[in-house]
Amino acid sequence: MDLLEYQGKQLFAEHAVPVPEGRHAATVDDAVAAANEIGYPCVVKAQVAIGKRGKAGGIKIARDEDEARAHSEAILGMDIRGFTVHDLWIEQASEISSEYYASVILDRSEKKLLAMLSSMGGMDVEEMAETDPDALVRRHVEPGREFGADDAHELAVDAGIDEDVTGQVAEMLVKLVRLAFDEDATLIEVNPLIVTGDRRVIALDSKATIDNNALFRHPELAELTDKSAEDPQEAMAKEKGLTYVKLGGNIGILGNGAGLCMSTLDVVAQAGGKPANFLDAGGGSKAEAIVDALEVITSDPNVTAILFNIFGGITRCDEIAKGIIEASRQIEITVPLVVRLDGTNSEEGLGILADAELGNLHVEQTMLGAAEAVVELAR
Amino acid sequence: MSIIVDEQTKLVVSGLTGREGSFHGLRNREYGTDLVAGVTPGKGGQEVDGVPVFDSIAEAVADRGANTSMIFVPARFASAAIEEAIDAGVGTVIAITEGIPVLDMLRVYWKARAAGVRLIGPNCPGVLSPGKSNVGIIPAQFFDRGSIGVVSKSGTLTYQIGNELKQAGMGNSSIVGIGGDPIVGSDFIDVLTLYEEDPETEMIVMVGEIGGDAEERAADFIAESLSKPVVAYIAGFTAPPGKQMGHAGAIISGSSGTADAKKKALEAKGVRVGKSPTETASLAVETLS
Repeated sequence: MDLLEYQGKQLFAEHAVPVPEGRHAATVDDAVAAANEIGYPCVVKAQVAIGKRGKAGGIKIARDEDEARAHSEAILGMDIRGFTVHDLWIEQASEISSEYYASVILDRSEKKLLAMLSSMGGMDVEEMAETDPDALVRRHVEPGREFGADDAHELAVDAGIDEDVTGQVAEMLVKLVRLAFDEDATLIEVNPLIVTGDRRVIALDSKATIDNNALFRHPELAELTDKSAEDPQEAMAKEKGLTYVKLGGNIGILGNGAGLCMSTLDVVAQAGGKPANFLDAGGGSKAEAIVDALEVITSDPNVTAILFNIFGGITRCDEIAKGIIEASRQIEITVPLVVRLDGTNSEEGLGILADAELGNLHVEQTMLGAAEAVVELAR
Repeated sequence: MSIIVDEQTKLVVSGLTGREGSFHGLRNREYGTDLVAGVTPGKGGQEVDGVPVFDSIAEAVADRGANTSMIFVPARFASAAIEEAIDAGVGTVIAITEGIPVLDMLRVYWKARAAGVRLIGPNCPGVLSPGKSNVGIIPAQFFDRGSIGVVSKSGTLTYQIGNELKQAGMGNSSIVGIGGDPIVGSDFIDVLTLYEEDPETEMIVMVGEIGGDAEERAADFIAESLSKPVVAYIAGFTAPPGKQMGHAGAIISGSSGTADAKKKALEAKGVRVGKSPTETASLAVETLS
């Protein structure tokens, strides 16, 4: 899960990583109260999980209460590239003398955490890595060895950090690495990491991704939510424990296994269709899971046809067939449903579907045939 | 021949007394796998359908000569079970469990490497060598004996391709599910190396997915070090460009991790990439005939 800026900063603060003083607010009145408490000038920042908020008008400086109110009113409810602003972070304004960049990330290729540092922060790092790769210095966290002050200090010197603050920057980097291990973060990015006018080093922004698989040992993080990214179908699927991603097209898709499901999206797109979603029913799906899945798919008003592509391994096709019939009893399915069942117990499953004589059901033998059929029916 | 599992495999299953562990462990035995023991702490002395259960993997190794361990325990205990298997001295660990925290896998990965233990998975369907041994959850009925080695990040997609190969009269030396997690014990390159050395394998079908750069690195490896032909399939061309924050991921791998980037990397090294599972199976058939 991706943390919002303020959630990340609160986590930073718990780990003694210096951040500007700030308060979270979800209403204009709360935002104004927070601003009064912090004092002026302060910054009103939109909390959405997408970059370049400033350019979109989601970050504004308030010099007094009137401005704090005006900015909060303007930013709350604002749409920033598809994300609605539900949360604000009101923060003490910082005087910036230098902008740096720091990150700790899981390097899948090397199978190690990687710490990165640059004296050229505040800009698009991806662009910098391409145009001036030497400006970004890197060091892996070696397995079984602690990433210590010496490692961080060398990195800070290599990065060309101002000499009087290398100690502070190194200290922060050590804390960020420790934070990644302690909180199961696979990405921590601070851009910019700033040096203030009075030469203090603080994290002015935060990006953090926490490993979903590890949330069981971080109950306080598991409870954090991000309303800005929530889509009605995605929220419904999450509640039902299904893996669902909205894609915006009109063909509802269900497959078993992430790979087969992705492959199904691809062949539907190749046949000229636009998938509405990714929905992995998972291994060993039972009838109830199919009912839940159909409920989520049909609740998307854009869907004009549905494709079930099942290759039964552990999943038994007769269970899938039973689920489809049960779902048609419980919810009204008004759009055509194309079903392709292959693999374990496929004959039993196809028999069950044939006996049920459902009106808008179309059975196809192959994955490609099913993709072509659903594209045709969705028109 | 075949790779990773065969007639010499003596299997111990961690979690054999659980519902999933017993179902699949006993299915593996039914297929012909030599299932010698189960392990569940506190349940030593019990039996699961005639298979003795021990408190520790070390006991199963000492008492029954187990050389391969399959991990079927819940995610929060799984990394400890893998470490226990490594310490117990088995040569191969196959971890089926889904949902293991990635930083746990980071630690386990290096421990396995240091001990010289071959780790497959986690979050994988296991390894099947048709006609010899099946360790995991791969439904064996879709695969015949033959000369095509399969290595895949995905389970069901592999069954789909295997079934199409079978219908075309082709079979497999082995089918290896390496798993799709960010950190897996064995990557494409590790398994491709084994297939290159395996006399029964004449060609390889490689099934990749979006994310990471294992496919791109495999492409270089195939061009430099592999004499056997490879046909590939990549899933995820239509996948949304993840709601990922920050760009550090793309910076370090030097690849966007998209399906398109992987396809291009493979094709640039002369590897043919199928547009669908069906086309991939036909490319494999074409290559061998």
